[in-house]
Amino acid sequence: MRTASALVLLAALLLAGCAAARPDPEIQPRALTVFAAASLTDAFTQIGAEFESTHPGVTVVFNFAGSQALRTQLEQGAAADVFASASQAEMEALIAAGLVAPDAAQTFLTNRLLAILPAGNPAGIETLQDLARPGVKLVLAAEEVPAGKYARRVLENLDSLYGPGYAQAVLSNAVSLEENVRLVLTKVELGEADAGIVYVSDVVNAPGLSSLPIPDEYNLTATYPIAALAAAPEPDLAAEFLAAVFSPRGQAVLQAWGFTPVRP
Amino acid sequence: MNPLHAFFRPAQGKSRSDWLFVLPSLILLALFGLPLLAILWRSLGDGFFQHAFEPAALAALRLSLLASSLSTLLSVAAGMPLAYILAHWKFRGKTALELLVDLPVVLPPSVAGLALLIAFGRQGIFGRGLALLGIQLPFTTAAVVLAQIFVAAPLFVRSARTGFSEIDPQLEEAAYVEGAGDVQLLWHVMLPMAWRSLLAGVILTWTRTLGEFGATILFAGNLPGRTQTMPLAIYLGLERDLGVALALSMLLVFVSLVLLGTLRRLEKKNRSLTA
Repeated sequence: MRTASALVLLAALLLAGCAAARPDPEIQPRALTVFAAASLTDAFTQIGAEFESTHPGVTVVFNFAGSQALRTQLEQGAAADVFASASQAEMEALIAAGLVAPDAAQTFLTNRLLAILPAGNPAGIETLQDLARPGVKLVLAAEEVPAGKYARRVLENLDSLYGPGYAQAVLSNAVSLEENVRLVLTKVELGEADAGIVYVSDVVNAPGLSSLPIPDEYNLTATYPIAALAAAPEPDLAAEFLAAVFSPRGQAVLQAWGFTPVRP
Repeated sequence: MNPLHAFFRPAQGKSRSDWLFVLPSLILLALFGLPLLAILWRSLGDGFFQHAFEPAALAALRLSLLASSLSTLLSVAAGMPLAYILAHWKFRGKTALELLVDLPVVLPPSVAGLALLIAFGRQGIFGRGLALLGIQLPFTTAAVVLAQIFVAAPLFVRSARTGFSEIDPQLEEAAYVEGAGDVQLLWHVMLPMAWRSLLAGVILTWTRTLGEFGATILFAGNLPGRTQTMPLAIYLGLERDLGVALALSMLLVFVSLVLLGTLRRLEKKNRSLTA
């Protein structure tokens, strides 16, 4: 008897939930699916919330992960409307596979790298050169992840400043190769690692971390492309979402989260 | 009767209602079987033998075998006494203890990994003390082993506890009367009589350690040769080289099949012995 009344209550709650989610019977609920690089988590969540408020009935569903993981998912047939990647290579792979039209991809922001240190700086790292000191526990994104690929390139650039062998020494200090850049941030924030290399944008919402800038001449500019997928289930919404990202408001949000927008 | 025989028996008079049983079963079996077939098919078509012997695959295989053997050994070494206590001692709070032992089995591995990190990480509640002693667990092979023990040892304890409790209490009493202590009782009476349950526990534990993923990636991180076990290599290798991921998956499926097959034989013999 008690189970029965519990079931009735549950059903009533579910119905109420459905009713609450649909205040206006005129509006058809629609979902826009956006696959976005892990580094875009904060900025895109905000842009998505604003998009929902200006598009009644639309729910923006995000899948944040390493761009390489998203690319694999899309190649294996995942359905999405928009893909925002942290590197051109993943977008080009999708264009080559015919999943994105060749002229559909546009760069919407750029990003740079820096080194981060946990609160208290347990390894006493003062300069980028210290990253090569034996015993430093360094966490990087894996080589397949855009942030990991960029980090390796920056380290090689720094060879010309600190001498050959620097990049090699730093890489041999790596204790874990993470699956996306946000996990690098987490491991350093938790204090498990002595240092990590992430995007400038990643530290905007990470109080307690200190960071070591990487000089411009050795740093690189990561360009993020965005595109609607050729087989997007909601092509109109996808186009509107892209417009929102390129709008002054969208670009301002990106800037607020530490990215360099292409239309400042 | 073997349920499969009943399942595939030729249609009889009431064959119409048989479909009520056969059709849902077939759907479920297809769900189990088709993905495995797909892995087999794609992997063999994608140079299984070439990928299975690549350095990255071999490193993951070696680490997986080393870590899972070690954690199974340690699980047995510490799990056997615990199972004995749970089976034969009477004390207050035993139910709570049994709950604690069973909990890791049902806990999501990601929860296990996070809990281990918060407890034994460098900044963890107990990890700080360990760090003072110069012990840092995260990002080491030891962390892989700890994560595996955490999720898999309960399987051994459960199996061993069941084996120990099935032994006739009169036998124990007789041994006590003869002046045997707990150690002699365990060694000379319990082990010879419960060895099938113990072996079944070892196999269950070993398969579970081989498959451990979530707790490992959170607590031990991912570094080839040090903490990247086969499941991690499969997950992270997917984007680099599907062939290696497929070959490693095939290996894991094969090893699991062999271990489960052995387990099945043990259970059958156990049943025919007790019947």
